[in-house]
Formats: sequence, C-alpha cells, structure tokens
Amino acid sequence: MPYDPRLVQPMREELTRLGVKELKTVAEVDAVLGDPRGTTLVFVNSVCGCAAGTARPGLALALQHAIRPQQLTTVFAGQDLDATARARQYFSDYAPSSPSIALFRDGEVVHFVHRHMIEGRSPQQIARELTEAFDKHCATAAAG
Amino acid sequence: MSGHVFHPGHSELHGITVVLEAAPDLLYVGRYHEETDRGVLLHDVAEHRGLEGRDEFVRKTLKFGVRAQHAHILVPSDTVQRVARLVEWGGTSR
Repeated sequence: MPYDPRLVQPMREELTRLGVKELKTVAEVDAVLGDPRGTTLVFVNSVCGCAAGTARPGLALALQHAIRPQQLTTVFAGQDLDATARARQYFSDYAPSSPSIALFRDGEVVHFVHRHMIEGRSPQQIARELTEAFDKHCATAAAG
Repeated sequence: MSGHVFHPGHSELHGITVVLEAAPDLLYVGRYHEETDRGVLLHDVAEHRGLEGRDEFVRKTLKFGVRAQHAHILVPSDTVQRVARLVEWGGTSR
C-alpha cells in the first residue's frame, strides 16, 4: 500500500529539483525507455531511509560531474506502482530492488546499482560509482 | 558511513543484504533484520541448497540482484555458521 503522498513528496522533490524527470505512468515510461537512443538513467526511488537516504544525495553529487546521462528519470517504488513495474520490464534481467539505479545506453543496460550496492555506503561512495559509469558509458554519447 | 546504524537499537547489519551460511549446506542471501534467541531473521531471501554451485549463486546474485524466494526466514542460531555482507563475501568457508 502506498504511503501518504505528503510523506513522500520531499523524496520526490529531492530528485526533481536536480532536473530528474518523474515517470508516473506506463505511458510516460514507454515514451522515454521505449526510445533506445542515447543514454538514460533511471533512479528507482524508495521511502527506505537506510538506502534511499544515501542514494538520493549520492545521485545529487554525481550530477555535478561534467559527464552525465542525456536523460535523467525516476520512478517511485511502492508509490507509482504501474510505472515502476513497467520500468522494471526494461531491465528485467535484474531482480527488483529499491532504491536502485539503471543506466541505459542505446537501449541496453550498461550499469546497474542494486540496493545491496547502496546499503551502508556514503553518498560520496555512491557518487563515485556513478561518475565512473558516466565516464565509461556516457562520454562519447554526450559528445555525439 | 561504514558501520553506521540507521535504526538505533539494531545490529550494525540491520537493513544490510547479507550472505548467511547455515548447516546443513544451506546458503541464504537476504536483508538482515535482527538476531534473537530464536535465530537470525532475514527478509526477501534467496536460497541455495548444497555445496555445488554456491559461489556461482552468490556471484550471480551480486550482479543481478536477490531473486527472493521467501518474504521472511528465521534461521535457528545453532545452525548459523557465518554471516557476511553480500558485497564483502569472500566465498564459502568449506
């Protein structure tokens, strides 16, 4: 059962104020992930304070990096249920977890950060992992 | 942040995805909740039985995530041989 929307709104805004686009419906997910061109990050948001509480700041730090994915998106697990389920169909090789982060390049998942890779890590450590992935997978796409 | 406990009063492993080796020849990967007199409680648990293929099972879980087979499982304390963070797992002990 979803939480009170008023409770999760700050968790949404922590990402949207970074320029991350919320995908709240199946149609919105398909409009973005159905187009395989370029690089797209999908942040599976969560109310979990343990992991999401460091993952969101980690993403914020990573987005200060010069090289970034072309599209930044998020779905909210446990809140926007249909949109999250649809997004997960695009990375169905990976077990569902939240928070988690998928990085696509030309329709393929090229990097995936599971919840177990977030737990107990600092925002700085998470940001480092993300920026290394951005450098590896987004540099030429951004230049192109 | 290593060692930080998010929920005061809980173990350092609370909320962390762990590998738990249990006798006889059982391996669980799940989110650690707590240990009580009754045992270790894990959430969203994948299970591997037998010695063969268990390191491969952990490697795949690291890469592709935990395919949970049980919402919760209570592992009796007297069967627990080792508990370690999934990301720090160094292979089976036997």
